[in-house]
Amino acid sequence: MLPASLLFGQIEAAPAAEPAEVGIGYLYSSRGLEPLALAEVPAENDGQAGAELAIEDNNTTGQFLNQHFTLEMTELADGADPAEAVGGLAQQGIGYVVADLAADELLAVADAAKEAGITVFNIGAPDDRLREADCRANVIHVAPTRSMLADGLAQYLVWKQWRRWLLVEGSHPEDKLLADAYRRAAARFGAEIVEERRIEDTGGARQTDSGVVQIQSRIPVLTQEAPDYDVLVAADESEVFAAHLPYRTWDARPVAGSAGLMPTSWSPAHGQWGALQMQSRFGKRFSRPMTERDMLAWTAVRLVGEATSRTNSTEPATVDAYLKGPELGLGAYKGQKLTLRPWNLQVRQPILLTDGRVIVSVSPQQGFLHEVSELDTLGIDQPETECRLP
Amino acid sequence: MRIAAMLLGGALPFLPMLPASAFTAYVSNEGSNTVTVFDTETFEVTATIPVGQRPRGIQLTKDGKHLLVAVGDDDTIELVDTATHEIVGTLPSGPDPELFTLSPDGNLVYIANEDDNMVTIVDLAERAPVGEVQVGVEPEGMGISPDGKILVNTSETTNMAHFIDTETHEIVANVLVDARPRIAEFKQDGSEVWVSAEIGGTVSVIDPATKEIKKKITFEIPGLRAESIQPVGVRITKDGKKAYVALGPANRIAVIDADTHEVEDYLLVGQRVWQLSFTPDEKYLLGTNGVSNDVSVVDVAEGKVVNTVQVGELPWGVAVSEN
Repeated sequence: MLPASLLFGQIEAAPAAEPAEVGIGYLYSSRGLEPLALAEVPAENDGQAGAELAIEDNNTTGQFLNQHFTLEMTELADGADPAEAVGGLAQQGIGYVVADLAADELLAVADAAKEAGITVFNIGAPDDRLREADCRANVIHVAPTRSMLADGLAQYLVWKQWRRWLLVEGSHPEDKLLADAYRRAAARFGAEIVEERRIEDTGGARQTDSGVVQIQSRIPVLTQEAPDYDVLVAADESEVFAAHLPYRTWDARPVAGSAGLMPTSWSPAHGQWGALQMQSRFGKRFSRPMTERDMLAWTAVRLVGEATSRTNSTEPATVDAYLKGPELGLGAYKGQKLTLRPWNLQVRQPILLTDGRVIVSVSPQQGFLHEVSELDTLGIDQPETECRLP
Repeated sequence: MRIAAMLLGGALPFLPMLPASAFTAYVSNEGSNTVTVFDTETFEVTATIPVGQRPRGIQLTKDGKHLLVAVGDDDTIELVDTATHEIVGTLPSGPDPELFTLSPDGNLVYIANEDDNMVTIVDLAERAPVGEVQVGVEPEGMGISPDGKILVNTSETTNMAHFIDTETHEIVANVLVDARPRIAEFKQDGSEVWVSAEIGGTVSVIDPATKEIKKKITFEIPGLRAESIQPVGVRITKDGKKAYVALGPANRIAVIDADTHEVEDYLLVGQRVWQLSFTPDEKYLLGTNGVSNDVSVVDVAEGKVVNTVQVGELPWGVAVSEN
């Protein structure tokens, strides 16, 4: 039973008591290699800045509700025990942790967090398995999965009648997982993969002084003698080669996937549905564009803020129940509210398609219908799920 | 060009007296940086006024002599002379003004500054700021009580309707509503204020005396997904009997019995209908259709869409002059 004041939605002005404190932890680990595109080297506070802005937004709202939010940043060092890091956050009374971690680290954190009654928000791992066989009842996935991203792109390519794909994948495990997502998307939406190619990562430096000369001669060779295709789809999550594909393919064909037309949950180019306000507030505050990681972190922290203000409670159990319940609907500048898939706690969301400068389209595309939510045409849907939450 | 100019010049002295029901509608075109002017008797476009960048909020001064247009990307509100269509001044609106409202006496302009979590109050005659109120994240909708004592501002990311005392400039109450509240509109007798929530898909009817939500109006349209029903513009007839809510990408205007708060009908209009305005005699209701670049004309008594007027690109707001 909710208190009457909440039912009727009224909040008294100018509260006198000390505000109720809500601590949110933020666990991250180092991200390994530099990106292939020099212009996309992330800022030191990539992700963190989004979380900080959301803390400020939560506190602007919190001032009217006598609630106060703080952020606790913790780096998970290489080889460090995730349980220890989680224990440290739990000791500070933290009930929510935003995790920018790889899949295995995330699972270790989730299992330690379960003991401590902490809800984890996954913003860093796109792995479908974390929402399927390896799903956890205390992990809310803010980041879209590889299959959601692949489906978002595939719907557009099919709408565009670019149905014949040349799939080029990298040699790392995550590249293979992404290529699998594109294979699945092609089969689902009626595209045909006319040929698959693989580019080995032979190591070496990301940026070199005269590298462009070699790349210009290598990429055409790597893409020549392909059967007739409409679009090259690159699965290169490790960023080894994809950025070098556009304008260099043997045949004059567009590139999509890990370069060219890219699916993402956020882009500095996105301005629709009030997003311009968000970009402008972020830019003013941090003097740089807002990245996808910033937005995922913002969304995670806002989810906690939204559930806290709606329940008018700082009790993690109450907030958690609201987050996982049917009432949740977060405005996040995507043209419709974000909700949770109850069967695996994945945040439903539209997928933006961008060339990095403008938004080319937003999926789901018109005509891709679904009985529950058109957003569930993106990614693995309930009938296929392997997740069995308690 | 020359022929057109001569015809226009020649026609001017012979303009007939317009019947009393002819008003002038002004539509801000967010995409083309213009205001389209049309006659509400003939529904002919009579002029297109170039204005600043990204015009959205639009209202007439009480004397009808000036049109106020919020041009967000120029960080100002422009004053357009309604007789000459010249821009004759600007107001110090604060950054990125989107929506604003006038005090009932017409002397003050209350402006939502989305980027700064702030409401700016400007004296219209002096064209000078006279106050600021800190509100929630991304303030947007602005509704003024008929007696001018309470201003209701909605903040889109905080999801609240802030009740502001216009004497003290203090917030006296905050009412949590559904996600992304866009518009606050009072009944003329001051008994209710209606707040639309675009992402939440509802309209909250708030009792301004108790600050309690009396009723949450929901919408259901067969064949349409709940997510596509996004309430934005709200207008209530002067007698408080009927209300109209623009439902955005649902491409419909809901007709609501404003006494019982029951939805009576959904009128099919153009694409992505956002803002609404009555003609002063309440014979017609005009709705801006952002994606189809037109304005739907609803005959209020008939409850039917009777006309469509092509305007500029991405029409956003609409205001209708008594003159």
